[in-house]
Amino acid sequence: MTRFSALSLFAKALGAHQDWPEQWPDAAPKASYDAIIVGGGGHGLGAAYYLAKKYGITNVAVLEKGWIGGGNTGRNTTIIRSNYLYDESAHLYDHAVKLWDGLSQELNYNTMYSKRGVMMLAHNVHDIQSFKRHIHANRLNGVDNEWLTPEEAKAYCPPLNIAADARYPVLGAALQRRGGTARHDTVAWGYARAAAALGVDIIQNCTVTGIRRGADGAIEGVETTRGYIASKRVGVSAAGNTSVVMQMAGLDFPLESYPLQALVSEPIKPTFPCVVMSNTVHAYMSQSDKGELVIGAGTDQYVSYSQRGALHIVEHTLAAICEIFPIYRRVRMLRTWGGIVDVTPDRSPILGKTPVKGLYVNCGWGTGGFKATPGAGDLLAYTMAKDEPHRINAPFNLDRFRNGRLIDEAAAAAVAH
Amino acid sequence: MILIHCPYCDEKRPEIEFAYAGQAHIARPVDPDSYSDEEWERFLFIRANPRGRHHERWRHSHGCGRFFNAVRDTVTDKFETTYKAGEPRK
Repeated sequence: MTRFSALSLFAKALGAHQDWPEQWPDAAPKASYDAIIVGGGGHGLGAAYYLAKKYGITNVAVLEKGWIGGGNTGRNTTIIRSNYLYDESAHLYDHAVKLWDGLSQELNYNTMYSKRGVMMLAHNVHDIQSFKRHIHANRLNGVDNEWLTPEEAKAYCPPLNIAADARYPVLGAALQRRGGTARHDTVAWGYARAAAALGVDIIQNCTVTGIRRGADGAIEGVETTRGYIASKRVGVSAAGNTSVVMQMAGLDFPLESYPLQALVSEPIKPTFPCVVMSNTVHAYMSQSDKGELVIGAGTDQYVSYSQRGALHIVEHTLAAICEIFPIYRRVRMLRTWGGIVDVTPDRSPILGKTPVKGLYVNCGWGTGGFKATPGAGDLLAYTMAKDEPHRINAPFNLDRFRNGRLIDEAAAAAVAH
Repeated sequence: MILIHCPYCDEKRPEIEFAYAGQAHIARPVDPDSYSDEEWERFLFIRANPRGRHHERWRHSHGCGRFFNAVRDTVTDKFETTYKAGEPRK
């Protein structure tokens, strides 16, 4: 692996960038591993990287049924923030934001993390009260979040319509300045490259078809479309397909999978300096470095694995975008797509052990998993290496649906978040 | 947009007339006091979430307003059938 630096870029430029070697090998599965990660998205690749880097477990395979980063890692709107209401959530998501900070340097791969600020619009009295409560709770947890008047919000994001007679009047906003965006593909590629350099096998086009358990119930290995692979430790990080994988181990999960859509416009000049979210009218938007407006729409109402959603969901979001940002009314949309998000009853993730010995899970991130990528990977690696959860992810256990200790961000946000 | 057959109106109508109402045929506890934590978990939170044939409830909220059951493939989103509430599982 060639280390990226100004010098290596310059040297390769002399050869017109024709002789860059493969950044990581396309591995074939071995007969057994010390640990297997099911799911080659950012979360799974991150877990493999941290297992190798922090805990010295390098005989690891990441099994991906398609291509790495081709699921929700490549389908989200790349928003990063940590201004969650409850203590447990604030600690979990802020752990990830802290890791985002040094990620490009650590991986020697530019993840293009841009702290451009995430601004959440308040359109009614309930929003104002709820956002101010969030702001105070966040500050007590050491998470930055501040209140802006409509004029301050307009100064931070000039395309915003704050007219008093607007269809969705802006009564203020909550701004997390450390929030922002990153380039989603590079997160998967950066982790894959760094993990492979430490000895991890990245195995693509390898679908898990069964989970083998021994007489004592413990994990023995996984059946795949490329043969049986033995391992006493299996971490499942399969997003929308988690229910399907867990049923192979005989476990029923408190998850439902829904299609969530996003879309981008044609590329335009830089006009949109931050991320704006409006939970009330369900629209959020940022502008990519290529110039496309990146817009997140809502989920369809029914359970589905189709990886596509209905057009009326997109129409609803665009109607709101046109009202809040009238200058974009004539911008044309280029592409729409869907990803399958796994939603828990309390809208908080499940990250920890399962009733099956040797089987670990990272799922339930619902509509907001990208922001947590480094944190989820780090904590899944910790849990798998120590066979016990870290204190940050301990509250996000599977048992909470039995003992009632929910982390109800669904009620806190009043929408999917 | 999906077209859904309402078994009461006996018409195919666009999806936006309907509200999805979750997995079908989940019976309420007959004797809630006797339910263990595990049974409550199963009743309240555990869902089938299959990749394939799914039994689900819909409500024709902007039509007749009635609940009915449906069988739909979650990979293709194609409805296999819809039937009235109270009819046996198909």
